[in-house]
Amino acid sequence: MKQNLINIAYLVSGIMFIYGLKHLQSPATARKGNQLAAIGMLVAIVATLFFKELLTPVQMLLGVIIGAGIGVFLARKVEMTGMPELVAAFNGFGGVASALVAGAEIARLMAHNAADTGGNEFTAVSAITISLSILIGMITFTGSFVAFGKLSERISGNPISFIGMRLITIVFLLTAVGATIWMAMESGAFPGINEPILYGAIALAVAGAFLGVLLVIPIGGADMPVVVALLNSYSGLAAAATGFVLNNNALIISGALVGASGLILTNIMCVAMNRSLLNVLIGGFGGDSGGPEGGGTSTAGMTVNSTSPEDVAILLSYATKVIFVPGYGMAVAQAQHAVRELSEELAKKGVDVKFAVHPVAGRMPGHMNVLLAEANVPYDQLFEMDEINAEFDTTDVAVVIGANDVVNPAARHDKSSPIYGMPILNVDKAATSIVLKRSMRPGYAGIDNELFYNSNNQMLFGDAKASISAVTNEVKQL
Amino acid sequence: MLENLIVFILASIIGSEVISKVPAMLHTPLMSGSNAISGITIVGALIVAGMVGDVWAMWIGFAAVIVATINVVGGFLVTDRMLQMFKKKD
Repeated sequence: MKQNLINIAYLVSGIMFIYGLKHLQSPATARKGNQLAAIGMLVAIVATLFFKELLTPVQMLLGVIIGAGIGVFLARKVEMTGMPELVAAFNGFGGVASALVAGAEIARLMAHNAADTGGNEFTAVSAITISLSILIGMITFTGSFVAFGKLSERISGNPISFIGMRLITIVFLLTAVGATIWMAMESGAFPGINEPILYGAIALAVAGAFLGVLLVIPIGGADMPVVVALLNSYSGLAAAATGFVLNNNALIISGALVGASGLILTNIMCVAMNRSLLNVLIGGFGGDSGGPEGGGTSTAGMTVNSTSPEDVAILLSYATKVIFVPGYGMAVAQAQHAVRELSEELAKKGVDVKFAVHPVAGRMPGHMNVLLAEANVPYDQLFEMDEINAEFDTTDVAVVIGANDVVNPAARHDKSSPIYGMPILNVDKAATSIVLKRSMRPGYAGIDNELFYNSNNQMLFGDAKASISAVTNEVKQL
Repeated sequence: MLENLIVFILASIIGSEVISKVPAMLHTPLMSGSNAISGITIVGALIVAGMVGDVWAMWIGFAAVIVATINVVGGFLVTDRMLQMFKKKD
């Protein structure tokens, strides 16, 4: 009876997760959707606490209170610009939780009491599911925290690789497979302490931890959206694997939903960069400081037009239509509020203002949208690449704020360019383009940008926030 | 086992159908929200840690409960914080 009630509660929470995610299809209903999913989680937790006969309810409740306290603190404290690393960190916590549950399950099976195992026998299948749970969980854990380090600039955003790295990766993968087989050979061994299973699990955890690090360190800053989405998917798969271990449908359903979500995002990011997942994971592409010039059109001897805030203000004020193109540079300069103020001043003058967001702009999927939303830019002014690309032809001024590779026309025609084939925002088709940039340093792909040398392009050098504020002041005086 | 696999596959298909329609604008909240959902491991942690007298299982599970709760509570809260900022032009 109780087990039936629990299963019904899990079904209810699964349905709430699905409808919660469905509400994310529109910004108007998204908040409600998230709340729905949160209530679904509460249903699952409360049902577990009430209907399972917990032997240590006080400890468990204490664990929930400690975790909730830390979660609330982190969620409240974070700045919107720090969102990518926080998402990565939460992801890591989810991963390690799955690995720990699998570990606890082993400890439970080893507790020398046949009654405690609930009649569950340790089979070859349990060995595989426990192994997957530990391995994926640990990869997610360390991978996410390396991503956290890169995103928060605690470690270099440059791709890191060393000789023999691939060999070491293969060794750890083989270790993981070997440990799984070793454990599977012990099927039927429980209850009781079993050394192969114990050491096998520890070997898996260590291999997973190293594999997670090796997965993320070769990834450059600009490729972070892909790897963050991939780790998101892993955290779901780890939860699902744990669900297989415990024969628990709540975990399997939720894990599958998250796994699917992460994979879809990963795919969208790869398509938006015209690169395969394998190509991204091999890494070495795009550091934070920009590498040497890759292929592409030689720009030697070409000159750029430099402009001033006064000139930009005049150009914008008398335009009919202006499109802003934000990139990671806007996040770094924290210029989103200044940009919103400028867009409002222009709207007051009757200028049609829109924002064009490239799918991989920033450090995680949807990064720019969150920053602009924080700065109170209404979401009906934000447009996806496919929606807005045709409009650049009829645009007077396109203002590029800290974006680079996603507006490089070389992607369209220069077969020797590393970004050839990547879909870009057609900024060069606007009557005039203005690029805000600190210096002539190349973008994250380490290649020069043709756009800068176009005759109808003007560069506004300096800190994006200061530049935009200067332009806004000039616009106000016109 | 086969039953579990059936549930997993069906849920994956539903997830793909629902999530592929989420607009790019909401990809960050989608990530952090779905991430919070993956904290469902908390249920597994409670079951494993709360049901046996074994000290090891209890403490490992206790640690799992803490990290999973950080994931769940932090994830949903921060997603809510983000989503309340998405406003239409008034």
